[in-house]
Amino acid sequence: MVAQARTAESPIRTEQLRKVYPGKPDPIVAVESLDLELRRGEFFGLLGPNGAGKSTTIGMLTTTVRPSGGRALIAGMDVRTNAAAAKRRIGVVSQANTLDRSLTVWENLYYHGRFFGVPRRQARERADELLEQFALSERAQAMVYHLSGGLAQRLMIARALVHEPEVLFLDEPTSGIDPQTRINLWSILRDLHRRGQTTLLTTHYMEEADALCERIAILDHGRMLALGSPAELKRTHGADTLIVLTIDGDPGPVAELAERLDGVRAVESDGEHVRIFAPRPEGVLAKLVTAAAEHGAQVRDAASQQPSLETVFLALTGREYRE
Amino acid sequence: MRAQVETFLALLARDARVLRRQLGQFLIRTIMQPLLFVFVFAYVFPKIGQGFHGASGGVSFTTVLVPGLIAVAINFQGIQAVALPLVQEFSFSKEIEDRVLSPVPVWVVGLEKIAAGALQSLLAAGVVFPIVYLVHAHGAAPSVHIHDVALFVPTLVFACILSAALGLLIGTVIEPRKVTLLFAVVVIPITFLGCVYYPWATLTPILWLKIAVLVNPLVYMTEGLRASLTPELPHMPVWAFSLALVGGSTGLTVVSLRTFTRRVVT
Repeated sequence: MVAQARTAESPIRTEQLRKVYPGKPDPIVAVESLDLELRRGEFFGLLGPNGAGKSTTIGMLTTTVRPSGGRALIAGMDVRTNAAAAKRRIGVVSQANTLDRSLTVWENLYYHGRFFGVPRRQARERADELLEQFALSERAQAMVYHLSGGLAQRLMIARALVHEPEVLFLDEPTSGIDPQTRINLWSILRDLHRRGQTTLLTTHYMEEADALCERIAILDHGRMLALGSPAELKRTHGADTLIVLTIDGDPGPVAELAERLDGVRAVESDGEHVRIFAPRPEGVLAKLVTAAAEHGAQVRDAASQQPSLETVFLALTGREYRE
Repeated sequence: MRAQVETFLALLARDARVLRRQLGQFLIRTIMQPLLFVFVFAYVFPKIGQGFHGASGGVSFTTVLVPGLIAVAINFQGIQAVALPLVQEFSFSKEIEDRVLSPVPVWVVGLEKIAAGALQSLLAAGVVFPIVYLVHAHGAAPSVHIHDVALFVPTLVFACILSAALGLLIGTVIEPRKVTLLFAVVVIPITFLGCVYYPWATLTPILWLKIAVLVNPLVYMTEGLRASLTPELPHMPVWAFSLALVGGSTGLTVVSLRTFTRRVVT
């Protein structure tokens, strides 16, 4: 096993990191000015809609996109001036399947270790060990060409870990995979987290960020809009509890009444539904049901939805459709 | 530095592993063309009384062919061994995204591809040599010897590097959907106009062609091999092909590594 010196440096630090692509007629600002600092062992999420700058950020941190300004340091190594040293300290699981199709499952791990200077015998042991850990031992001699999507992805994660990187990057690892595979992946990632692996994940699935990340940065248009733990984000970013009432009869009076209540921010009504956005939902539901009865309307159904990262996300990034 | 050499060697070891696995394919694609060529022109033609009589004096056509076909094998293998896998890695397989994360500067990854391609070219030359030397009709034996090892070895080595560097450049710039044009637009014209079947000096009657083919790297490979294997045939002066091979391989290596790095790091 390669023992890498764990320095006191933050595993990832960026200072006013910026990327501008030349474009016509105007240059495209993919990342405007990003300041980030990860803690050792942290599971960190970058969340944002398409085009927010997540992939560009990952690209800069993993040395394949050259920053236009600012700095990015991986365990103290500047990605621009010391790219080789920075690469030695990271493991990357990209969106696309980038496994070596000319090699077997086992060889993918062995040669990856060799690329990173792991001595032959240790590379062999490490390959065996990781195949065991990721339940891939039975497929060791299979050509990767024949692996299913889920297995290929597990192998990619195993490969990224062969050289024991200080930081593991996962770029939208669960887009386009089935729910069983996703659950399995989550448990693998939680396990790595328990072992102290610093991880940076990008995703646009809210529940994924909520389930895995200790801290989340929400990115849009190349800027960081919010940073904090999932709970902090829900608390501080105007995330409302959503109450949906289904009314038999005219919902108008109920909606009017709801607007006048304390703790309600906004009300929408359509057909038979009234949707109430309440930052302080205590007692609101009870009052509404009573009031509806007084006006001769019948509440057929009432549902209340806790604030979620999704509501935080939509509050911050807006609702317009992105390509 | 030591760590980077280790990574370079590990990348080469990976390519060697893949070559071992695909050795059959390698041999078939290396052997078929020159084998059929010498079979038809050095065996069938003399047997049926058809032949070539040209400016090469009393020297048999097979003598003209041997250095030419070795050079073609080198050139073809160098371009193909680097360019074709690279086009795949850039397009659907995306393998390149992972390979460039190896802990070395990106140009080292490109340099390893040139080295691996050059070694495969060298191997191809070794495989093709006995075939083009031995397959011929009775009485049509080529007159080939390594007259000057000190000239032959560097000529061979630089020819291999030149073709592999060309492969890296082509593999980096060509669009995947146009890869089938690689043969029609690059490989076939290079081969037919590479002074493979005739020494460059004999082109004098078609002066414009004699000048035009000087852009073709294969010309210098064949002429260089002629100078060291069949010096009795007319060939370019040593300084001319040496300058072209050394200058060309150095220049193309620099240009192809730059292009490769720019394509990978945006």
